[in-house]
Amino acid sequence: MSNYIKLIAYGLVTIFAMMAANFARDMAYQVHAIIVMLVAGGLFLWTLRHTDEPVVADGPDLQRSYMDGVVRAGVIATAFWGVVGFLVGTFIAFQLAFPGLNFDWSEGFANFGRLRPLHTSAVIFAFGGNALIATSFYVVQRTSAARLWGGNAAWFVFWGYQLFIVLAATGYLLGATQSREYAEPEWYTDWWLTIVWVVYLAIFLGTIVKRKEPHIYVANWFYLSFIVTVAMLHVFNNLSVPVSIWGSKSVSAFAGVQDAMTQWWYGHNAVGFFLTAGFLGMMYYFIPKQAERPVFSYKLSIIHFWALIFIYIWAGPHHLHYTALPDWASTLGMVFSIVLWMPSWGGMINGLMTLSGAWDKLRTDPVIRMMVISVGFYGMSTFEGPMMSIKAVNSLSHYTDWTIGHVHSGALGWNGMITFGALYFLVPRLWNRERLYSLSLVSWHFWLATIGIVLYAASMWVTGIMEGLMWREVDANGFLVNSFADTVAAKFPMYVVRALGGVLYVAGAVIMCYNLWMTVRRSPAKAAAGTPAAVPAE
Amino acid sequence: MEEYNFLRTLADSWGLLAMFLFFLGVVIWVFLPGRGKAHEESKTIPFRHEDAPAPDDGDADDAQREEARK
Repeated sequence: MSNYIKLIAYGLVTIFAMMAANFARDMAYQVHAIIVMLVAGGLFLWTLRHTDEPVVADGPDLQRSYMDGVVRAGVIATAFWGVVGFLVGTFIAFQLAFPGLNFDWSEGFANFGRLRPLHTSAVIFAFGGNALIATSFYVVQRTSAARLWGGNAAWFVFWGYQLFIVLAATGYLLGATQSREYAEPEWYTDWWLTIVWVVYLAIFLGTIVKRKEPHIYVANWFYLSFIVTVAMLHVFNNLSVPVSIWGSKSVSAFAGVQDAMTQWWYGHNAVGFFLTAGFLGMMYYFIPKQAERPVFSYKLSIIHFWALIFIYIWAGPHHLHYTALPDWASTLGMVFSIVLWMPSWGGMINGLMTLSGAWDKLRTDPVIRMMVISVGFYGMSTFEGPMMSIKAVNSLSHYTDWTIGHVHSGALGWNGMITFGALYFLVPRLWNRERLYSLSLVSWHFWLATIGIVLYAASMWVTGIMEGLMWREVDANGFLVNSFADTVAAKFPMYVVRALGGVLYVAGAVIMCYNLWMTVRRSPAKAAAGTPAAVPAE
Repeated sequence: MEEYNFLRTLADSWGLLAMFLFFLGVVIWVFLPGRGKAHEESKTIPFRHEDAPAPDDGDADDAQREEARK
């Protein structure tokens, strides 16, 4: 019966998408309509072919196992989008160093302006988002001792999220953007993500509700806050009125400084809750698991959680120092950013001290080394960020490459490394392999990525502080000494170093993909299901 | 503007106070004497059900947890 309802829905969507492709006012919308038409039409055919087939009875047995298929798919998607996002990032880094790479034939599709949001969204939402969804599904099942709630809804979240990524990415290349940083997708893509996200929330909450453990493990608190807050941020930041139902353009519900503040309330909390709270959920599960010892202090983890979520939400205005934003709001943002030092470092200490008594593992286990350095980068970038939010420092650092360096030490160091660690942890377990294919390849990945980040961050410090100083340099008569083009010319060597750092980072990620692939192909299967699961990856 | 003023005043008075009190409550709850054992128990959650969900039967579940704690 439900298949007939599905068929009607798919059919209607297909027909609507056909009409949309026909009436489309701009190319991005037209391409999106065709993508939606193909997806909905394909689903229509698939459902049709499976309608009235004899149903395989899935008895209570299903509830005796975890739903890991969707986690496996998420792991593959994470690795794939990761490499795509890193590659685009490295390419645009070379574009900045060598503007000739903005080829004439690719103007309007693959010039820096079009590729830059593709890079940021690919690494944050495609790589990071898939990692968060996959690990949250894995962790919430294990720590609730219950199978995922909602059955195939988890697959809807996975595929729905991939569709969102494809719509967002193609939209950027074709120029559909609402010009809100990290929230560039236009209105219909936003609406689609809202639907997917609400289902994601329902699955996560449903699993927590039917948990068998009396207590909700702290990692789930972090994941839940990430899901809830991102839903709230996404909806408010994307309040806009479409110009036409047949076009991608929309107009924001806010104007002027309110619009800017909404954007950075969203933007900073995307960092705070997407890239921090969600990934802390990973930290609180995967580091104890890989180290085979419980988290250092559970009390500290609870205080870490509540302090972080109460403080982070106010820090956004530090992105708008010295603008039309009222002074009190700007000061508020600065003060809360500085207060954030405390929970951030509390969390870092909690993660690092989890290894107390097991520091020797750092020598033998490159996976734990990866996780530890990620926590180290978390501590470093959460120190650097509040420092840069101080108005006096910000007057030097704002609009310079220092900001980009800061973002990347957080994103490559903290988010990237903890995700790699989680992938190395997950793949042998999800594909039932005894161990990883090669630990020395993990070491290669570790060093390539670390040296890549060091090159990236160091060159951006140099170029950022240099251009900040050059911009404000005045001669004895009070005239500015440097033109903007002078600073661009002076940055060339650092831009080359930064791009080389990117090459190293991509190379590490490709090695990881090979290693994970070979783990699934070649590694010996685990002997029997009954053996203890805690096999150290040595 | 009235709405703005209302929210603005609420945010830096009662709203602020309520959130701060909630936070203090959490901290007190965490350090409440007698919670220590519960925290120790919560710490070990990730090490219990690696391969399969807990069975529906409550007793078996408890037995397994006892096992894991050893």
